[in-house]
Amino acid sequence: MTSAIAVAGLRKSYGDHAVLDGVDLDVPRGTVLALLGSNGAGKTTVVRILSTLLRADGGTATVNGFDVAGQPEQVRGSISLTGQFAAVDQVLTGRENLVLMARLRHLDDAGRVAGDLLTRFDLTDAADRRVATYSGGMRRRLDIAMSLVGDPPVLFLDEPTTGLDPQSRTAVWATVRELAGSGTTVLLTTQYLDEAEQLADRIAILHRGRIIVEGTLAELRRLLPPATVEHVEKQSTLEEVFLAVVGSGGQAGR
Amino acid sequence: MSAGHAVRDTRRLVGRSLRHVLRSPDTIITTAVTPIAMLLLFVYVLGGAIDVGGAEYVTYLLPGILLITVASGVAYTAFRLFTDVSTGIVERFRSMAIARSALLWGHVVTSVVANLVSVVLVVLVALLMGFRSGAGVLAWLAVAGILVLFTLALTWLAVVPGLTATTVDGVSGFSYPLVFLPFVSSAFVPTESMPGPVRWFAEHQPVTSIVDALRALLTEQPVGSAGWTAVAWCLGLLVVAYVWAVRTYRRTVS
Ligand SMILES: Nc1ncnc2c1ncn2[C@@H]1O[C@H](COP(=O)(O)OP(=O)(O)OP(=O)(O)O)[C@@H](O)[C@H]1O
Ligand SMILES: [Mg+2]
Repeated sequence: MTSAIAVAGLRKSYGDHAVLDGVDLDVPRGTVLALLGSNGAGKTTVVRILSTLLRADGGTATVNGFDVAGQPEQVRGSISLTGQFAAVDQVLTGRENLVLMARLRHLDDAGRVAGDLLTRFDLTDAADRRVATYSGGMRRRLDIAMSLVGDPPVLFLDEPTTGLDPQSRTAVWATVRELAGSGTTVLLTTQYLDEAEQLADRIAILHRGRIIVEGTLAELRRLLPPATVEHVEKQSTLEEVFLAVVGSGGQAGR
Repeated sequence: MSAGHAVRDTRRLVGRSLRHVLRSPDTIITTAVTPIAMLLLFVYVLGGAIDVGGAEYVTYLLPGILLITVASGVAYTAFRLFTDVSTGIVERFRSMAIARSALLWGHVVTSVVANLVSVVLVVLVALLMGFRSGAGVLAWLAVAGILVLFTLALTWLAVVPGLTATTVDGVSGFSYPLVFLPFVSSAFVPTESMPGPVRWFAEHQPVTSIVDALRALLTEQPVGSAGWTAVAWCLGLLVVAYVWAVRTYRRTVS
């Protein structure tokens, strides 16, 4: 079994609005998949179904070999989720948030785990301040750090770097690369196409309820004829590919 | 998920939410202030005109005031839960391998502890105002038991708006009728003084039997059937509120 995430024919509707209309995805172990899509395309919906927060109307999904609908307990034991909006406890300090996560994941050395993550995410100075006093970017960094507690084999990151400054974004990228290098499977959604170019082994574009293209960056580029500028062949950017496949209007079907 | 896990997770989440209470002790004090103000108003301003048949009015009044304390205190429980829902903490916990019940029990246990502290504050003020009781240890234990049951019942009731409210105002609104109920009971004046229909309502609503039972225990009178009626009301409320809360919780999961 080599897929960390396997999704087939996933469907979800709200009323008569079919948000997901047969989504297929396959993420091999230890790889990074970037899920792209316009606002409202259903990226968060996919992530919420895979992390057992939302039930699909149809189709199947397994995460780390466990069925999302049938074995949610085991799925939860295999994953970690960084949702689209930072979910941190504002009354506690940054350190207390991390220690709480470590305890809830039944780790023995909660204090050390927390200390390491604070250092990695450049939060040591603010560690013992209440999160209510953190800036938006600091909260987001803490939020991501909280998801890394306990080294879960599968990580979902829903727009992890939205609102981060360039240094923090680079730091998150480095962390994701490091995690992928050590065998963690990452599914991330993003609005930044350069982020997908930088991080992803494979890229999938979700549009009108389906995955309309999926492949490596090189494969996606082959979808477009290379533009020839002053006799120098210029490779198309992911942005050009994205706009070409979803149409430059860019809006999901609403 | 083993019961041992559930207990451990609950303990950690109780620790977390107790910390919330400790960091805003004003919630405990605010909970106690209104009932204390009522105690002062009724004993020193209105009490002279109220005939309760010989007993010290403060002693007569205290049981009802304690119920009002709990009824207003559970609003903070609803508020803390609402905050967890709206900041995404609940989603984070639900995507983790934490016992499902732990999150709610964490809030419920904290609610009981915080409300009992407020209740003790009110009793201390009553003592300063001349409240005296010759009740023995068993009677005091019975008083504490009834108050804990009552707090548990109202806390589970508070879970429902905590989970479903969409605005902060909506969260605490549910406690107004609870605070009002003691006014139409034997808490402030004997029900015999009320006109027919009002008296009928007062004598058949839970607060009267609970107040009568507490008063009998504190004044060393025979408790009679009021004791069992009080316990039955508390248990009945508790079961209904618990089932309602757990159903609401499950429904918000899908
Ligand atoms: N609870 C809900 N009730 C009704 N419609 C919903 C609900 N949740 C999501 N939707 C709809 O589902 C669609 C997909 O939403 P989703 O949040 O998955 O999009 P997204 O790709 O993550 O968008 P964004 O890039 O803006 O985060 C949207 O049209 C949204 O309005
Ligand atoms: Mg989204």
